[in-house]
Amino acid sequence: MTGLVFSAFSIVTALGAGQKATLAALHEGRSGLAPCRFDTLPIAAHAGEIGGLEKWPLTGTLARFDCRNNRLAALALEQDGFPDILEAAKIRHGPARIGVFLGTSTSGILETEVAYRHSHPETGALPDSFNYAGTHNTYALGAFVREYLGLSGPSFVVSTACAATSKAFASAARMISAGVCDAALVGGVDTLCGTTLFGFHALGVIADGPCRPFDARRNGISIGEGAGFVLLERRRREHGADAIELLGTGESSDAYHMSSPHPEGAGARAAMAAALASAGLRPEGIDYVNLHGTATVTGDAAEDRAVSGIFGHTLPCSSSKGFTGHTLGASGVVGAIFGALAIQNGFIPGSPHTGEVDPGFASHYQSVGREARVRRVLCNTFGFGGVNCSLVLGRKA
Amino acid sequence: MHTYLDGIGLLAPGLESWGAGRTVLAGEVPYFPSETPLPVAAVLPANERRRAPNIVRVALATGMEALGASRRDPAVVPAVFASSGGDGNTIHEIMTALASPQRELSPTRFHNSVHNVSAGYWSIATGSRAATTSLCCHDGSFAAGLLETAAQAAACEVSILVSSDTSYPYPLGAVRPVGVPFFGVALVLSSTPSSSTIARFTVGTSSEKASCFPDDPALESLCHASPAARCLPLLVALAKGTAAVVTLEYLPDLMLQVEITPHMDERSRKT
Repeated sequence: MTGLVFSAFSIVTALGAGQKATLAALHEGRSGLAPCRFDTLPIAAHAGEIGGLEKWPLTGTLARFDCRNNRLAALALEQDGFPDILEAAKIRHGPARIGVFLGTSTSGILETEVAYRHSHPETGALPDSFNYAGTHNTYALGAFVREYLGLSGPSFVVSTACAATSKAFASAARMISAGVCDAALVGGVDTLCGTTLFGFHALGVIADGPCRPFDARRNGISIGEGAGFVLLERRRREHGADAIELLGTGESSDAYHMSSPHPEGAGARAAMAAALASAGLRPEGIDYVNLHGTATVTGDAAEDRAVSGIFGHTLPCSSSKGFTGHTLGASGVVGAIFGALAIQNGFIPGSPHTGEVDPGFASHYQSVGREARVRRVLCNTFGFGGVNCSLVLGRKA
Repeated sequence: MHTYLDGIGLLAPGLESWGAGRTVLAGEVPYFPSETPLPVAAVLPANERRRAPNIVRVALATGMEALGASRRDPAVVPAVFASSGGDGNTIHEIMTALASPQRELSPTRFHNSVHNVSAGYWSIATGSRAATTSLCCHDGSFAAGLLETAAQAAACEVSILVSSDTSYPYPLGAVRPVGVPFFGVALVLSSTPSSSTIARFTVGTSSEKASCFPDDPALESLCHASPAARCLPLLVALAKGTAAVVTLEYLPDLMLQVEITPHMDERSRKT
């Protein structure tokens, strides 16, 4: 594919708001996971909760979008100089030529959970204050962001479980290539809700403590909240040689099971191979792999086989989940931004809470962060439904 | 953006398939929204068939009809699934369980609640390792899916759009009314014409108003009864088999326009 430049990017996770706070935590190896205070689970779950969202309601003409997920979207859109760069892009392209392609798994479904708990005792009706289109619907995130930023180009929200935002990058690249838009805002937002907390608990995959990706004693995920946005544009002279580019995307399906990965990681391997082919690179062209690595017993084992099958035993790789928790539909953009920060700062992040790496694993897992020259990164995301998506980003030269 | 239509699938109350519903949409037979049973998802292995929620049965039936018409091998066709709300029953059951004192969810119900549930069962049913995606644009989900599928076909030679929606039970159904229990449509799009080609589409955004059916209250009502039924202006034009330009509901300030050239016309134009 023709590379597209990250003209701006912003991030908010349990590590803090903005690139600076994120980078500081990555350097210190400091995890954002803490005992889950959000809801009452019958186990000692940890979560990567973002504090303070209850203090920033969406008001006025945006009140119909008010929910935890859209509040986090607004917070992320205010970080890292994003507003000024976006205003300049609106003048350059026109607001109708900037597409909005986002990802989420559960959007604002928490509002519906609360509405069902407060349904009318006799009729069962939901409270009048409940707004389905502005909160619960998967597209509520897209409608909110488009209106919040004054954009009027083509838009949709991808919801392929935990691979949602990575797929949104692939869609955005196709839309720009097809001439449907000239630039694209890509991003993802997911926030805590009962559906995912109790759902993953029902599957028996929530860790009893902070998650430990690739650890020999890993026993499940910690759910995290996260949001990230990237403005993708064709390269201009002002971008400079150092600008980070989306170089390739690769997508595949497992055709195996709704919620278990293919044991040999066949689909994951196909997605990585397709991303390398799309970027015109051989495996040696990659300096670091940001793994999906959610810390489930089977998921990490399958990814290890797939990654070592393509990249061998020496390429550094690590998962972000020990830092942020699994940010589900936002994990694609969180992983991509971790990758962009690794390239810009010459630093490969480690993996807090991972102690002894599974001795049966063949890939070169990096538990402790270290300085290194990083030119190109491959980022993995895999989701329910056997959906896989890999991105390659970096500097071409 | 130009793309070629190679196959159509349809399933809704009173429209049992594209083959059976075509004469209704062409206006030759009046539309009667009869009870149409949901087909059994025979293409799934038995254990998955038992677990598959309604929206998957709709998606598989329409997708298989369209793919059969296109004579493509499903194992190599990337697929785009468009839906406003995923499986309505599953979401309602999860919301009800979470509001109960026990707050216990079934693992199967949880994995059936994801928006890409149809995509997951589709790849199991077809054995396809090709890319699948799943997207939403509220009432404009069909148009958004068509845009993505046309772009996907341009990049990968071929792609199938499967757009389906089911209704929510009460009380969610009272705030998000979907007037028919299910509606599904599927289109196979290709970057080049073939012997299966039905029509050529030129797809682009537009600021015109969405097409409607001022002379046919039954179709007009069905078109607004389900997000996936917003495809009807396109299907009616295809059923009539004549050249047409239709405008499909997409976003509040942006519509999707499709210029349809029936393939016979396309051939005669070229020669």
